[in-house]
Amino acid sequence: MHLKYESTLREPLVDGVKDYHQVTEDIISPIEAKPGKLWYVGFFISLALLGFGAFSVFWQIYFGVGVWNLNKTIGWGWDITNFVWWVGIGHAGTLISAILLLFRQGWRTGVNRAAEAMTIFAVMCAGQFPIIHMGRVWMAFFILPYPNTRGPVWVNFNSPLLWDVFAISTYFTVSLLFWYSGLIPDFATIRDRAKTKLRKLLYGVASFGWTGSTKHWQRHEALSLVLAGLSTPLVLSVHTIVSFDFATSVIPGWHTTIFPPYFVAGAIFSGFAMVNTLLIITRKILKLEEYITIGHMEAMNKVIVLTGSVVGCAYLTELFMAWYGANPYEFDTFFKYRAAGPLGWSYWIMMTCNVISPQVFWFRKMRRNVMVTFVMSIIVNIGMWFERFVIICTSLYRDYLPSSWSYYRPSWPEVGFYMGTFGLFFTCYFLFAKYFPVIAVAEIKSVLKTSGENFKEKMEVYEEESAEKFAHDVAHAH
Amino acid sequence: MAVKNFVVGLFDDEAVLFPAVKKVRTAGYKLHDVYTPFPVHGLDHAMGLRETSLHTAGFIYGITGTTTALSFMSWVFNVDWPLNIGGKPHFPLPAFIPITFELTVLFAAVGMVMTFCWLCQIMPGVKKHIFHPRQTDDKFVMVIELTEKTNAEEVKSFLQAAGAHDIHEQQAEAGWWFGRFDKDDEPYLRKVKPVNA
Repeated sequence: MHLKYESTLREPLVDGVKDYHQVTEDIISPIEAKPGKLWYVGFFISLALLGFGAFSVFWQIYFGVGVWNLNKTIGWGWDITNFVWWVGIGHAGTLISAILLLFRQGWRTGVNRAAEAMTIFAVMCAGQFPIIHMGRVWMAFFILPYPNTRGPVWVNFNSPLLWDVFAISTYFTVSLLFWYSGLIPDFATIRDRAKTKLRKLLYGVASFGWTGSTKHWQRHEALSLVLAGLSTPLVLSVHTIVSFDFATSVIPGWHTTIFPPYFVAGAIFSGFAMVNTLLIITRKILKLEEYITIGHMEAMNKVIVLTGSVVGCAYLTELFMAWYGANPYEFDTFFKYRAAGPLGWSYWIMMTCNVISPQVFWFRKMRRNVMVTFVMSIIVNIGMWFERFVIICTSLYRDYLPSSWSYYRPSWPEVGFYMGTFGLFFTCYFLFAKYFPVIAVAEIKSVLKTSGENFKEKMEVYEEESAEKFAHDVAHAH
Repeated sequence: MAVKNFVVGLFDDEAVLFPAVKKVRTAGYKLHDVYTPFPVHGLDHAMGLRETSLHTAGFIYGITGTTTALSFMSWVFNVDWPLNIGGKPHFPLPAFIPITFELTVLFAAVGMVMTFCWLCQIMPGVKKHIFHPRQTDDKFVMVIELTEKTNAEEVKSFLQAAGAHDIHEQQAEAGWWFGRFDKDDEPYLRKVKPVNA
């Protein structure tokens, strides 16, 4: 009997022959080089979008909320759809960084940094919508419970909309802290190999004076673990609370107990799709194919097919309950105005993109195909955008009073606002990809021993000795 | 802190580093620190460091958040301005759970990160002596503090035997100071006499 070091089940987390220094070179050198042409093109397109978004928001604030096509019947349209969509996208980042850390999934190390960055930028985009949606944004601070001169009159702590304020701001803060605490050692790596004075200065400030002391690493590990433990229920709570915005109301199609798990599954579904979209481009442009491998994409595609099917089950459950519940309003909402009626097309886009198309990922060949993964990631995000649109608009446009029935299509400031958040998201992401280590350098180094090709060669000595001798040596190791 | 004399040795491999740490401790040298580019599991135990209590601090911050949220919301709804909201009770505990939970997480996370920075003495603008520029890249840097009982040459040959390379002496500030990493503003350049010279 002989020992076998290499697993026949698990593929390596990092491809190629690498030592610690090579890892640093591979990940840090794009930061030190001038960005390519593609980077500039992408960055300026994003800036232009951001500018257009800022103009659309200015228009809305200047002329009032009436420039949007919302009306008395449809009070929530693209704004809240986009809010829920962006928050949902953020969830995959926390799932990868926190939940997969607790489950000890080694593959997360290659993708967690970029995914967490995505979370932070997505939540930044999401937060704009409810605030601008208030109409009089200069009154936005009224949502905070501070001692005011009006009584003080406090906010309503029973309201899911207020829970949202707390959930989103906590989520943003905790994600930012988690992300930044992981970045500190990597900034120190950039600082210590920096050739220019400016880089030494800036990364010196950003690295907080990190040295890599063993005691500090011990605390850092403890901090990461506890932050992961805190983020795990947090991420589930955030989309649960977002779903309460709907579920605690009495609108047919919103008033369902299935919403929290259904929203969380949908959030993870769309978030993983966005991670795939971003990472397929990032690994190609920054030449990080050996760190963000096909194996990573396959793992995420497995999550996509799972959560996509969970979401599909939720759709079917809703339809079943609408029939079985014997509530005529709910039955009509689902069968006459959601799956059919003037907005019925959006329901079928949602069904096709979210439930039917992800089923291709049952095939290993499809899961490992970069092009299929990329196209699917975009389809899933379109589908998930339509899910939120369907939930919000098809429940509202046919209400209890037929005389107030209406239809809804967005006006240009609504579309512009949405495009503007894309601008914000990608501007941030481009800056992140240029100035930040897109892969957690220190974490990759700590999994290299169990994964690197050159460490496998070192194990050949052990593979040749007999299993009994190895067991004896290990048992009596001093 | 103070300016001190150190002997610095570099290691390439954890497999060599661990026995070396053990030897240094049994020999009784004063191990200042081992700087590593990534967390090396078990090194803290090998160096005889005690477990961190950061978790406990996090727990205390967490329950502070819980009590803050619950007591504040109860005070607002029952004492400060008891408002009738649709005839609902003034102490609706289930409706308080989401905010209570969020504040628990927020207090625990913010408190822990601040405690972490305080314990490690790190913050923007803080500078510390970097014994070797590759200690954040690929080298494990062992730093032994010289005392009146240790002979520098003896420590050097000891480290040599333990498998270190690039062994040399350094005079450095052991603590932190406010400084910029693009400037050579180390306090020891001001010709301070080391405390252990």
